[in-house]
Amino acid sequence: MNPTGNDGRALPRAGRALPWALVTPALGWTLLFFVLPFIAMGLSSLTAHEGGGFTLTNYSQFFTNPSYWQAMVNSLEVTAIVTVVSVLLAYPFAWILAEQVPERWQRLALMLAVLPFWTSYVVRSYSWLLVLAQNGVINRALTGSGLVTEPLQLANTRFATVTGFVHFFVMLLTLTIFANLKQLSPSYRKAAADLGAGPVRTFLHVVLPLTLPGIMVGAFLTFVLCIGDYITPQILGGNNELLMPQLVMMQIGRRGDFPLASALSIILMAVVTIAYLACARWLKIERA
Amino acid sequence: MRQFVRVASWVYALAVYGFIFLPVVVLVLFSLQSTSFPIPPFTGPSLRWYEAVLSDVRLTSALVNSLLVAALSSATAVTLGFLSAWGFARFVLPGSGLLRGLITLPLTVSYLIIGMGLLVLFNWAGVPKSLLAAGIGHVVINLPLCFAIIYSQMGDHQINIERAARDLGAPEWKVLLLITVPVMAPAIFAGFFLSMTFSWDEFVISFLLTRFDTTLPVEIWNLLRSGLNPKTNAVGSLVFAVSIVLVVLFELTLLRRKPA
Repeated sequence: MNPTGNDGRALPRAGRALPWALVTPALGWTLLFFVLPFIAMGLSSLTAHEGGGFTLTNYSQFFTNPSYWQAMVNSLEVTAIVTVVSVLLAYPFAWILAEQVPERWQRLALMLAVLPFWTSYVVRSYSWLLVLAQNGVINRALTGSGLVTEPLQLANTRFATVTGFVHFFVMLLTLTIFANLKQLSPSYRKAAADLGAGPVRTFLHVVLPLTLPGIMVGAFLTFVLCIGDYITPQILGGNNELLMPQLVMMQIGRRGDFPLASALSIILMAVVTIAYLACARWLKIERA
Repeated sequence: MRQFVRVASWVYALAVYGFIFLPVVVLVLFSLQSTSFPIPPFTGPSLRWYEAVLSDVRLTSALVNSLLVAALSSATAVTLGFLSAWGFARFVLPGSGLLRGLITLPLTVSYLIIGMGLLVLFNWAGVPKSLLAAGIGHVVINLPLCFAIIYSQMGDHQINIERAARDLGAPEWKVLLLITVPVMAPAIFAGFFLSMTFSWDEFVISFLLTRFDTTLPVEIWNLLRSGLNPKTNAVGSLVFAVSIVLVVLFELTLLRRKPA
């Protein structure tokens, strides 16, 4: 089949190459630097680190070595906690911005709420380290006010990792949930009120169910971005417990073991894909 | 009841704002510290750590590298994204949906995995670690974004002006340069600035694909090994400032496109 113009007209013979000339650079780039690396990673994951012959041990190690398995469990736990806490914090916040803040201040309020979103990953995590350090701001405030006598161990814990993540994803989810609430037509609320529902019932039976698909999309985005992030757990969690991205980077950094790192990356991607397929049913509702 | 909701809303919103701004305020405040530890009590204000940053050749050259990689990779991404978006919008191509899906596919994969794949490929092909390698990776993550932004903004309105120009006898290249590019300028700039922001902040791909000459986030990462240090605060505050400028430019260019 030959390409045609978007006006339905057939192209002159000389013009038939043009459409392909336009899209080929982008397609070529994607094939060469995204698809091909992925294939290389797949092949690498099936070769032995020593010797280079075909092997499945890179994958079987994941299931037999308890510390690798534990990294996945840690990753899933942290991601689940982060996703739930972020949604619970962001929803009321987005609701307040959309419903309680006067219309003309809303843009500014929202812009302010997501400003730190644009600090770089590394800097943001470092900033939390400052806040949570042994002699950081929070510990000084706590000991200074006499609430605790000994500084708390806040940095280099799972709590620190979760805090750093929640900080980022509250901003992301506030954006998506806010957009969702604003898209909701006011006539739904009027209809509910006309039928005698109070504000609480209107919220529970009308607003919440209608924004649920948006929440699901935001939560899924949180899951994907959170489970693949290396920086936040590495800077804030320390090496007390490993998450999957840290485990992957460790194979490259310390041992130069690309095959194992590739296999672990592919397993991580498989988990994300499974999560996507499991949620696909709810994620699709949005398009309807 | 209504009064209670109001008060509770205020308290809650202020608490969340506090949580969101706490690390940023601490970062910027202690970048002005005059002593050597970025922890309370505050001893500033002093600009000595900013001076320390600006006289550190490793940091300043990393900053230049970062800007260079961001500008060049974003220009490449936006050019490829624009040409393909126009190709798909202007012509009906066989398998168009599938091909568009392929271009946007990298959006669904984490940076770590994109970086890993390129590392393995370059390692096999004997391509040395370099800023160019990192730049290639940045185009991979930003091309789908530019494509999606520009493609979504190509509507009937623009197709009609193009058709008018073509009916008046303009050859295809003239339509592209004199009609499509100016009409699409806001989307093109928006794609460019958003790409700049992401490339400027990107860590893991640069970390995996560069060695001696590297980008600013990787250099900041190296600074972190020395523990808490007001110099890190200062350079972090500078990075934040640049990001804010890019985001504001992005907002302005996208918002300027108010349909008349």
